[in-house]
Amino acid sequence: MSISTVATWAVVIGGLLICAKPLGLYLYRVFTFQPTILDRPLKPVEDLIFRAIHVSRESSMSAVEYGVSFMLTNLVWAVMAYVLLRTQGLWPFNPEHFGNLSAGLSFNTAASFVTNTNWQAYSGENTMSYFSQFAVLQFLQFVTPASGAAAGVAFVRAMAGRPLGNFFVDLTVFTTRVLLPLSVIFGLFFVAQGVPDTLLGYLHLHTLTGATQTVPRGPMAGWEAIEHLGQNGGGFTGANSANPLENPTALTNIAQSLAMGLVPVAFFYMFGRFTGRTRLAWTLMGVAGTLFLAMLAMIYFPEAAGNPIVNHLGLLGHANMEGKDLRFGLGGTAIFETSTMAFSTGSVVAAQDSFLPIPGLAFFLGMFLNMVFGATGVGLLNMVMFVILTIFLMGLMVGRTPEFLGKKIEAREVSLTAIAFLLHPLLILVGGAIAVSTSAGLAGVFNPGPHGLSEILYAFSSAAANNGSAMAGLNAALPFYEIAIGLVAIIGRYASIMVMLLVGESLLKKKAVPQTSGTMRTDTPLFGGILLGSIMILNALTFFPVMALGPLAEHYLLLAHHLFS
Amino acid sequence: MLRIVKRAVIVSAFLWVMVAWGFTFLLLGLAQLLFPFQANGSVVQFHGHPVASAHVGQNFATSLRYFWGRPSATVSPTTGKPDPYDALNSGPSNLGPTNAALLQQIQAAVARYLATTPGLRVHEIPISLVESSGSGLDPDITLQSALIQIPRVAKYTGISPHVLRRLVYQAARGPELGLFGVERVNVVQLNVSLAKLLRHS
Repeated sequence: MSISTVATWAVVIGGLLICAKPLGLYLYRVFTFQPTILDRPLKPVEDLIFRAIHVSRESSMSAVEYGVSFMLTNLVWAVMAYVLLRTQGLWPFNPEHFGNLSAGLSFNTAASFVTNTNWQAYSGENTMSYFSQFAVLQFLQFVTPASGAAAGVAFVRAMAGRPLGNFFVDLTVFTTRVLLPLSVIFGLFFVAQGVPDTLLGYLHLHTLTGATQTVPRGPMAGWEAIEHLGQNGGGFTGANSANPLENPTALTNIAQSLAMGLVPVAFFYMFGRFTGRTRLAWTLMGVAGTLFLAMLAMIYFPEAAGNPIVNHLGLLGHANMEGKDLRFGLGGTAIFETSTMAFSTGSVVAAQDSFLPIPGLAFFLGMFLNMVFGATGVGLLNMVMFVILTIFLMGLMVGRTPEFLGKKIEAREVSLTAIAFLLHPLLILVGGAIAVSTSAGLAGVFNPGPHGLSEILYAFSSAAANNGSAMAGLNAALPFYEIAIGLVAIIGRYASIMVMLLVGESLLKKKAVPQTSGTMRTDTPLFGGILLGSIMILNALTFFPVMALGPLAEHYLLLAHHLFS
Repeated sequence: MLRIVKRAVIVSAFLWVMVAWGFTFLLLGLAQLLFPFQANGSVVQFHGHPVASAHVGQNFATSLRYFWGRPSATVSPTTGKPDPYDALNSGPSNLGPTNAALLQQIQAAVARYLATTPGLRVHEIPISLVESSGSGLDPDITLQSALIQIPRVAKYTGISPHVLRRLVYQAARGPELGLFGVERVNVVQLNVSLAKLLRHS
């Protein structure tokens, strides 16, 4: 490991740790409507919105009403996005005169951006007008993470024994108080480092060798900021953050890796502040942090050791550089990739398809668990889902009634949680099974051998986890994948959020039981260890067989220098 | 239901104005005011003509007289045929580690360097110089990757290796702030300074 790698990791991980508490407290103030620094410019605007819809900040909804508001609002956005993309040619800010998108691609893109997945079956620089980029897709990159955060905070309030709150209020304040100011700061830094931000058309160049090159431009810097701050991950261009226009230096790479994690990590701290149990919050952050470090190691070290077949050629050096740009260094590439899979962002800084099998396994781990901090709010929901399952399992083993935050965990909560847990593998494994058993699904595979199976599984995992990255050799522009991926993203997003909101409300309605010496403590390293163990066992039982056929099989074949053609 | 949809539409309209328009144009204004050069694509001029964006690599491998960048797997968005460094369709090769095509491509790139560069041996060629980049637009190569190309560039331009060496070291950039990322040579900028030299001689 070089000094550069150590320094890069230290800045990203240190930055996340340092910001967790202050930003978590700020989130707490925002969601409890206490005075904050941005009151003066923003409060009048927010009040205007709340007056227009006749709600007050302190109003509250039932879980069903909250969930329905969440879904209907998302539906409004989906319809708007579909219509605007389908009619792209009619709108202004289109210097390259791109035409309307097809029905299939419009559906796929609307579904994937509204669910915060940001799977892209297109390359932005040759498909999307500036209007589509900033007024449709960038808009969704602001409001969809805000709606996820809103669902998250409603759940946290329920856990803390408070009313759930009002969806529209939470949506608004998270956008105005958190995403907007942070995006301005990060956006300006990205321009300073060389990310274009202009409405001028593409740059047409005559090169030194007598050829021509067209370099895309556009309102990119603001996009890059919210793409990462909201764990969206949809790229302005096809190569996403590997493109030197989107991510020009090692410093922008660090900033993007950090931006993805800032709010999700702080959200865990906010959970602790709301429930008055910061030790529990740190325990959960410790569990997620351990998995984050494990993924980082699983990605960096195999890539640094390189591809044994290529290394056999006797070239200089041994790192696997296929599909990677040079400027970030391998350490920078690894921390970005870890962040994007842990925080469920889905932007990429290198070709997911060209990574070695063990790093590929780490990508899958991030998407299967979907709670290594995860996306803002949603990651916490998944973490608490595992906490409830673990408490239930522990309760079974020692013969005690399981409790969490002073509330008894009973049949209804366990059933709902089990549904939320099982839904994820169901979508991935059934989706993958359909794809590998139909010619429509197999037609999209690019790489031969076990790697091809990984490509298919990756697509369904990415959609179900609302991650959005791809092993991009897979031809996602086929109608089969456009529709299947869109549907999986929608079910993966709404069903699990809805179920967890019901769990929250069910716990909220219960009478608190006093803590006794017989209560299982959840804020200790011991519980953290048990939680980590249960997470690993539950997921290994679910996914190990299919991983054995994909990345693990490929790993051993690679060691045996076996090539496929 | 209808009440919720109505609220959703109203809130969305307000937020749309704020984040789709307000935010975008605020940042555009600040960017154009504070960093106009970067905001408009970091254009590199050569004798008064725009020839490149400093961040975007170009396909120099069509000429033996220039330093070459890393292999690029981009395909033309209009013809669907391979078109290295096509900035309108950034993307990687997506070749998996056990794909025979990956090894063939690397071997072909190695063979081309060995055939065109006098005295070059396999173990001197950095892996990154023969493996394709993630964006297909990587503007950089490692210092060693530039140094091993000097004999070829010298042979076909007639410029002495000594001068070329100085050019390469001048174009080399250390890690950002001395600490982050890697030392590298921007091929676009190196070739622009080479072109200036060729024009003078």
